[in-house]
Amino acid sequence: MARITAGIASSHVPAIGVAMDTGLTDQPYWKPVFDGYEYSRKWTAENKPDVVFLVYNDHCTAFDASVIPTFALGAAAEFKPADEGWGPRPVPVVKNHQKLASHIAQTVILDEFDLTIMNEMEVDHGLTVPLSLMFGDRSPDDDWGVQVVPLAVNVVQYPAPTANRCYMLGQAIRRAIDSYPEDLNVHIYGTGGMSHQLQAERAGLINADWDLAFMDKLVNDPEAARRISHLEFLRETGSEGIEMVMWLVMRGALDHNVTEVHRHYHVPASNTAVGHLILENHT
Amino acid sequence: MTDKDYDDIPGTYVFDADRSREGYWLNQFCISLRLADNRAAMREDPEAYIARFDMSEAQKQAIRDRAWNQLLELGGNIYYTSKLAAFDGIAFQDLAAKMSHMSRDDYRQMMVDGGRKIDGNRSKSEWEGK
Repeated sequence: MARITAGIASSHVPAIGVAMDTGLTDQPYWKPVFDGYEYSRKWTAENKPDVVFLVYNDHCTAFDASVIPTFALGAAAEFKPADEGWGPRPVPVVKNHQKLASHIAQTVILDEFDLTIMNEMEVDHGLTVPLSLMFGDRSPDDDWGVQVVPLAVNVVQYPAPTANRCYMLGQAIRRAIDSYPEDLNVHIYGTGGMSHQLQAERAGLINADWDLAFMDKLVNDPEAARRISHLEFLRETGSEGIEMVMWLVMRGALDHNVTEVHRHYHVPASNTAVGHLILENHT
Repeated sequence: MTDKDYDDIPGTYVFDADRSREGYWLNQFCISLRLADNRAAMREDPEAYIARFDMSEAQKQAIRDRAWNQLLELGGNIYYTSKLAAFDGIAFQDLAAKMSHMSRDDYRQMMVDGGRKIDGNRSKSEWEGK
């Protein structure tokens, strides 16, 4: 049977991708960001997943203002890195586990979560930056070495789905993966965040105390984390900090009790607080 | 429209369904600049290019003025308006500095020092008299 053995949370700041793609990772500004992922790459190599279920948001790349799906599941065979205005990232094409994606779509929709299904889609930094952080440098001719089922969540137009709804969707994804007959080791990623505001006079807002408390809550008291309101995310973590609802999808797919094996927090990467967790799931 | 609890947050334009409706063509104009052909057309004749999109006069003027915060107030979303900034060759962080009325260096230093503090920045009441 397929099983979810771990949940990973990670920021997906575009400048992190640029730093990797242009060889800046050893510079004093960037080194502390990447040092926190060294353990994660070793851990990924030692606990190699067959499939990553990757929860992220699109930044007006696959979806412009004309269509705004709340939850969109990638069902295509592969997803090309998109040109976000400065050329596509020089990283491999992302390959799906299409049969698992179809099974999840069918199971989760019958479980009353009304997903949008994407049979063609390009993916932006929201998806490729976390893969680069966890799997290391890969050139376009390489393979990521893992299959990826993407789930794009709307966090650009307010309201994003609530933290509670995201958590419940995570629970439904867990049920779907648990019922898939092939023997697969699956990791689930919740990406985005942590505190950041990219717009207007309050741009640059960072709330480290809140971020660290959120990580504690997410790990040890998910029932409290799922009740965080949109107003709290917006006020305390900045208008773009609301991306952290995507961490709740990941958490909902794990057991109530998990083991935190790694944590990393650093300010800043560009305008954003970088946060990262690895949680092992034991069932 | 009902009261919006998030309207109390200072220096922030939450991109909600009302702003999305009002800013639809403004945002589609901005995102069109992702493509090289469109950037060339915008460089060639900005007025003609802007006229292709069904925007209000206020939105068009805010584009001409590069009034970054006003673009947000008129329904622009930062992920879209940043494409107009990129068209001008403005890096994202420098756009953030402009929107918060800081110099490039002061903004960068603020981020390296841990970012803008949350204390004093939660509610509009805290900004009164600033």
